[in-house]
Amino acid sequence: MAFLVSHPDEVKVVARRFGQGATSIERYLELDGYKAVQKALKMEPDAIVNEVKNSGLRGRGGAGFNTGMKWSFVPKQSPKPKYVLCNGDESEPGTCKDRLIFEHDPHSVIEGVMIAALAVGSHTGYIYIRGEYRYLSVIMQKALGDAYAKGFLGKKIFGGEYDLDIFWHGGAGAYEVGEESALMESLEGKRGIPRIRPPFPAVVGLWGGPTVINNAETLASVPHILLSGAEWYANLGTPKNGGTRLFCLSGHLERPGVYELPMGYNLKKMIYEVGGGIPKGRSLKAVVPGGSSTPALKPEEIDIAMDFDSVAKAGSMLGSGGVVVLDDTTCMVKFALRTMKFYQHESCGWCIPCREGTDWLKKTLTRFHQGAGLKKDIDNIQYLSENMLGRTFCPLGDAAAMPTIAFVKKWRKEFEDHLEGRPCPYENRGAVEQLPVLSH
Amino acid sequence: MKFSDEFEQRFQEMLTHYPTKRSVLVPTLLYAQDEAGFLSDEVISEVAGRLGLTELDVRNVISYYSMLTTKPRGRYNLQVCTNIACMLKGGEEILDHCSRRLGIGHKGTTSDGMFTLEEVECIGACSWAPAVQVNYDFYENLTIEQMDKVLDEYKKKETQ
Repeated sequence: MAFLVSHPDEVKVVARRFGQGATSIERYLELDGYKAVQKALKMEPDAIVNEVKNSGLRGRGGAGFNTGMKWSFVPKQSPKPKYVLCNGDESEPGTCKDRLIFEHDPHSVIEGVMIAALAVGSHTGYIYIRGEYRYLSVIMQKALGDAYAKGFLGKKIFGGEYDLDIFWHGGAGAYEVGEESALMESLEGKRGIPRIRPPFPAVVGLWGGPTVINNAETLASVPHILLSGAEWYANLGTPKNGGTRLFCLSGHLERPGVYELPMGYNLKKMIYEVGGGIPKGRSLKAVVPGGSSTPALKPEEIDIAMDFDSVAKAGSMLGSGGVVVLDDTTCMVKFALRTMKFYQHESCGWCIPCREGTDWLKKTLTRFHQGAGLKKDIDNIQYLSENMLGRTFCPLGDAAAMPTIAFVKKWRKEFEDHLEGRPCPYENRGAVEQLPVLSH
Repeated sequence: MKFSDEFEQRFQEMLTHYPTKRSVLVPTLLYAQDEAGFLSDEVISEVAGRLGLTELDVRNVISYYSMLTTKPRGRYNLQVCTNIACMLKGGEEILDHCSRRLGIGHKGTTSDGMFTLEEVECIGACSWAPAVQVNYDFYENLTIEQMDKVLDEYKKKETQ
């Protein structure tokens, strides 16, 4: 069970029911549960889409696309069934927020899927939960069962005319499946290989039918928008970046944890006030602002608003909300290597630039970290990464390349410090006091 | 090939959730693995037969997903995360410690068949790092001492 934290600056929307026993459907109903979907049942589908569009809610999975806009791309008439797919395959390193939603407020995700289904005219929804989160699928299964028992799901929901089924689906360990087209392949029982787009899932998705795919946090936000209004939600954040989001603070911090803060909250404040700053009197070296695929920021670059547009302006991405903080004991070459090792492991091998690029980069960085790097390798790392950008079906290649380019550009000196067989000048200094005295 | 009643019930129910049989493949394999320990030739052939797929189709899918394995494993699969957030908080030291204490490396199994050690990618516990998963159970905010306690608990459980 994940630990809950709180801070006075938090604005709890999605996290409103955390720690309140809302896994029980009775408790969820007491806490305004299933009111939004009943409101949606009385609304025209276009009105629901417009409400979500106007709220400025943008995809919480990382891409940051306007959610209402995404829904509006689904054709009204379709010869094939339409689907809603909730992406709960959370696996971007640095991100651990969907886990809390499923653990504390599973019905909010179900309700979000229901509203999305009503908005696009779908009668079947799926909630995909990553395989490692087995205990959460148990929670979700019970929540769905309870909703069926109450007549909120199934035939003629809430005693009306609409039929709606929602099922949960479990994965089996694959980062790439978090990408929407790979997610559909996985749900169809195949390898999670991405599909070429266009056609986009909104037109040709699951089993060829139009499909809306949203992150779990995005869908969990929707009921709150319908209940309290688009304007209220939009005003919580910054222009074009409505609402709040769950930020997962991790790494070298006094108080790591998942905090719900308004969009546009200052990153420096987030680290030093909400997260309690860097422990042991050490200083900040770098911040990964939105999960491992986002380019790291230097300490002088962190006085920025955490919304999609401001972070993009600073040369990085808001991504999935995973803020990883590195103190001055961290070796950036080692950090770059560990990041690349992950992408090399997760590359499905479908696109050559990604398959070969991640492998080559991992080998180069490994050699570099061991002190056997050559000066020309530094430029080569950058050259290889730049040649992966935009040349793959799915963004995994970009996700590997973008942070790597930033590591080399911003911390070039650290790479140079590893040249000529020098031992890593930073290695393990941070973890030294944790090294155990071994006894069997 | 005999699975538990719970498995059969779940399998039948899952088939009603999708327009194609094949969609139940990934979760079915994982549940089968939970019962059989690993995906043996027999399990693969059984699942392929039930879903009207070739064994090659099934193997092709198995090789993609990191949680699925065709090799026997220990009763407790100790998965140590060393991805970025865990690495910063000592995940590698935890892995190292487990490796030395159990005398096995990555994907190795102890001779008594109790533990398999695996270095895994992000398990979604970044804010509570370092973290490990033993089968499906999470252990978070670990120190070396706490890791030892976790291992001792499993050992105790086994001798009881």
